Amino acid sequence: MPTFNDILIMLPEFYLVAAACLLLLLDAWMKPAQRNILHWVSVLVLLVGIYLVVAGQPDAPVSAFGGMFVRDATAEILKVFMLLCTALIFIFSRPYMVDRKLFQGEFYTLMIFATIGAMLLVSAGNLVMVYLGLELLTLCSYGLVALNRDSPLSSEAAIKYFVLGALSSGMLLYGMSMVYGATGTLALAELHGAVVHAGMSNLMVFGLIFMIVGISFKLGVAPFHMWIPDVYQGAPTSVTIFVGSTSKLAAFGMAYRLLESGMGGMAGQWQMMLAVLAVASLAIGNLVAIVQTNLKRLLAYSTISHMGYLLLGLVNATPEGYAAAMFYAICYALMSTAAFGVILALARAGFECEEIDDFKGLNQRSPWMAFLMMLAMFSLAGVPPMFGFFAKLLVLQSAIHAGMMWLALVGVVFAIIGLYYYLRVVKVMYFDKPVEGQELRPQADGLLRATLSVNALVLLALGLYWGPLLGWCRAAFAG
Amino acid sequence: MITLSHFIVLGAVLFCIAVAGLFINRKNVIVLLMAIELMLLAVNMNFVAFSRFLGDVGGQVFVFFILTVAAAESAIGLAILVLLFRNRSTVNVAEIDSMKG
Repeated sequence: MPTFNDILIMLPEFYLVAAACLLLLLDAWMKPAQRNILHWVSVLVLLVGIYLVVAGQPDAPVSAFGGMFVRDATAEILKVFMLLCTALIFIFSRPYMVDRKLFQGEFYTLMIFATIGAMLLVSAGNLVMVYLGLELLTLCSYGLVALNRDSPLSSEAAIKYFVLGALSSGMLLYGMSMVYGATGTLALAELHGAVVHAGMSNLMVFGLIFMIVGISFKLGVAPFHMWIPDVYQGAPTSVTIFVGSTSKLAAFGMAYRLLESGMGGMAGQWQMMLAVLAVASLAIGNLVAIVQTNLKRLLAYSTISHMGYLLLGLVNATPEGYAAAMFYAICYALMSTAAFGVILALARAGFECEEIDDFKGLNQRSPWMAFLMMLAMFSLAGVPPMFGFFAKLLVLQSAIHAGMMWLALVGVVFAIIGLYYYLRVVKVMYFDKPVEGQELRPQADGLLRATLSVNALVLLALGLYWGPLLGWCRAAFAG
Repeated sequence: MITLSHFIVLGAVLFCIAVAGLFINRKNVIVLLMAIELMLLAVNMNFVAFSRFLGDVGGQVFVFFILTVAAAESAIGLAILVLLFRNRSTVNVAEIDSMKG
């Protein structure tokens, strides 16, 4: 029977579910002119969620509901950043949604439900919870991608996302069923024990391969990346930013739970598979990004390459490697909120500001926005002393420590190739002449500008002072 | 005598038919939705068979969750399909290609 203590352990999730339901009611009773209240309440709900996660942090890992739900330091850090990213997204998106007449309650409730799914996913202690958390996250994401009902691109992106997302869930489930058949348990902790003690069978390896395919789909790692460019381009930018930040943190959490918490004893099997996937996504992501003209699509291919770097941390399969990978996931989430935040801030009604040419001469029109975008681009490219540089350094280091020098070399080579397309955006902003008759001024929303500035400056600040965050990540896996 | 491997082979065959349906089909998005449904049913077949032969009830509980989520999933899928048809006047897979690169 669930006890009161179980509920206390899951308090942040219970609270968010209740809050999301109340928001839904609030939206139903509110006049359209009062939507601003809904916006502020949603942001507040997420901030209180962060407080609950931090305040209730247990000293040692605890589990609730018979091991279904695990609350440990890894989950706590990921949850804090997922809630933070979603709150940033709400603040960045308001003017964009108002301009497109999408400023409605469903955006907020779907976003919060998706975040709850992500939180359950990173705290999962059982294969059933992994599946349910994942589906809550992705089902809400399908709806969010299709939010712009009258846009053919948006609905096309949604159907592609749906079909490929469902395919990947099917693959993941098939893998889970094989692993269940081999071990007779669905609990990740028991699975871990079964792998260590009983050794592995062919059925296990078979299941593992399917599970890795499912994880790769969710991470967007090549060759399972087909949905990423279309979804990034077709979805409203305020949803793209969610798929690029909160979802990525959740996907990392899922990979960690399944591969380490569940199948840690088979690390020797999955390390090599991840290494191959990493090389494929570094190559495809960086090379195809070079020819893109649409900035959202360019950032989509950049995501693919960044997920390749994240895998460089995971292939290490030691606490050091997981800490590096989580550091990278957090770094990527903050970089993508900054980069897409600038696109959101510059977009207008009837003008998406998503072509690279739209950024021509941005420095002359709005020097501050150009500076913020430059910070984001430098960080994505991994130019020192930005945040992105140290994150890359750590994952490369952990690949070397795993004895895969060749993999680290591939990572460095593609980082240099990647520099080209990030710097092209900077060049367009600073050295090209602005298009005549084009406004290109940021939204007047003061909070948006302030938060976006902080977000981009944090990329610089954490690049100079990254010790505490890294220490936090390392401590999470040290136990 | 029907053994566990009969069920697993049946599950694998259903799964392969579903994947083939997803990749070979170039005509209709609705067929894709059917293939996805078939894929989840193949997984259910595996879970129930394993659960029965291992004597562990967990797998059958999982099946209930999968069935519920599959229902929600097809509802969302059909809703997106209706949206797509309204915007593009087609459900032909080969014509859904306006984004490239």
